Amino acid sequence: MASNQEKEKTNILKLITESQVWTSTFRHGYADTPRNRALQISANVWLHLHPTKVRRHGIRYRYTWCAGGLTFLLYLVTVVTGVVLMFYYRPTGEYAYHDIKYLDFDVPFGMFTRNMHRWAAHGMVIMVWLHMFRVFMTGSYKPPREFNWVVGVLLLTLTLLLSFTGYLLPWDQLAIWAVTVGTNMARATPLLGMEGPFGESLVTPRYNARTILTAAVNVGPPTLLRFYVLHCIFIPIAASVLMILHFWRIRKDGGISGPL
Amino acid sequence: MAGQVRDDTDKTKDWTWSRRDFLSLGGWAATLGVLSILTMAFVRFMFPRVLFEPSTLFKAGKANDYSPNTVSEKYIASQRVWIIKQQDTTGANFLIALSAICTHLGCTPRWLVTENKFKCPCHGSGFRGFDLERGRDITAIHFEGPAPRPLERLKVWVDAAGDINVDKGIKILWKDGVWPSDSRVKV
Repeated sequence: MASNQEKEKTNILKLITESQVWTSTFRHGYADTPRNRALQISANVWLHLHPTKVRRHGIRYRYTWCAGGLTFLLYLVTVVTGVVLMFYYRPTGEYAYHDIKYLDFDVPFGMFTRNMHRWAAHGMVIMVWLHMFRVFMTGSYKPPREFNWVVGVLLLTLTLLLSFTGYLLPWDQLAIWAVTVGTNMARATPLLGMEGPFGESLVTPRYNARTILTAAVNVGPPTLLRFYVLHCIFIPIAASVLMILHFWRIRKDGGISGPL
Repeated sequence: MAGQVRDDTDKTKDWTWSRRDFLSLGGWAATLGVLSILTMAFVRFMFPRVLFEPSTLFKAGKANDYSPNTVSEKYIASQRVWIIKQQDTTGANFLIALSAICTHLGCTPRWLVTENKFKCPCHGSGFRGFDLERGRDITAIHFEGPAPRPLERLKVWVDAAGDINVDKGIKILWKDGVWPSDSRVKV
């Protein structure tokens, strides 16, 4: 009797683990073998950019500070919390400020989510600088990694632009004046800004590097909408594409640089 | 683009391009052409034909609403303009409309009456107030902080009904060490 039950149990287990759904989801064994460890990375769409095997020095956090990985983690935090915040936030002059107040003082976990977004964003900027500092001090920008350094500089720029565009969205006095100052700096752009070198030969007060950002004479509701689209769609997509390139290049350039 | 293509052109004929080269180059030209036209269209798209902005014209009451040698902040909140009545040493009164936009990066300076200056809260630019030595003119000259030039005056005039009119769309700049004569109106 007992053995019958045992047999039935194994049959059901077999039925499940040999079903097509199961084998499509779990594509390799659970046993801790070198082959399965490699498959865990290479057979996973999310991890396949990562090298299948990492050299021992790659996990020495006192060498890398794990700064690049932490930057990416914080980026993921801002993406997730940012999408959550989008359920309540409306990027119009009429609603934006009140939606932020609503999120902060009434929506359950609204203040928590917004602060998570904010602090992750601050942390990301700090970690980008630390990552860059580490890469510079360890000479990891040198060939064959010089192209990846350039990609990293572009990612630094996009990180700062994400912070700048996100700054306007609370639509309070601090936001408006900070972006007034920031967009006025675009007046000094060479060729494309009204007050930059050779500026007046090419652009007009109506068509220049500043007005493409503000979409108005002064920072106003059209600017808010423009910054919202840049913040939530345009720059994150550009940054994500460059991050894929950045991580893939690490592997192609021989993994994380090691101590000399 | 066609570098890796096998050279299968007929050498006896005087073809510059093979059919394959022609189609390849044509394909790339079409793709790049469409992409560059779309890019130009997008840049143009980002500059709308109409800006929905408030009018640059406003009326600022009558000349008698203002007392001589004072800076009025009455229209700061709504228009970002100081209306200044200036009385020179001969006793003649002039009206000046001074733009409250810092010439550094566009914040709104504050009028500090006891210090006789305009002071920007963002980066500390300071602009002089009444010039007590030379005809009590408002110079608005930058003298501290990062501002590169004096504040801007705006076109001001008094119409037949006696109303003060200001056009924020017409700026009158400090030039060659003086304010142009049309930068103020005698009342």
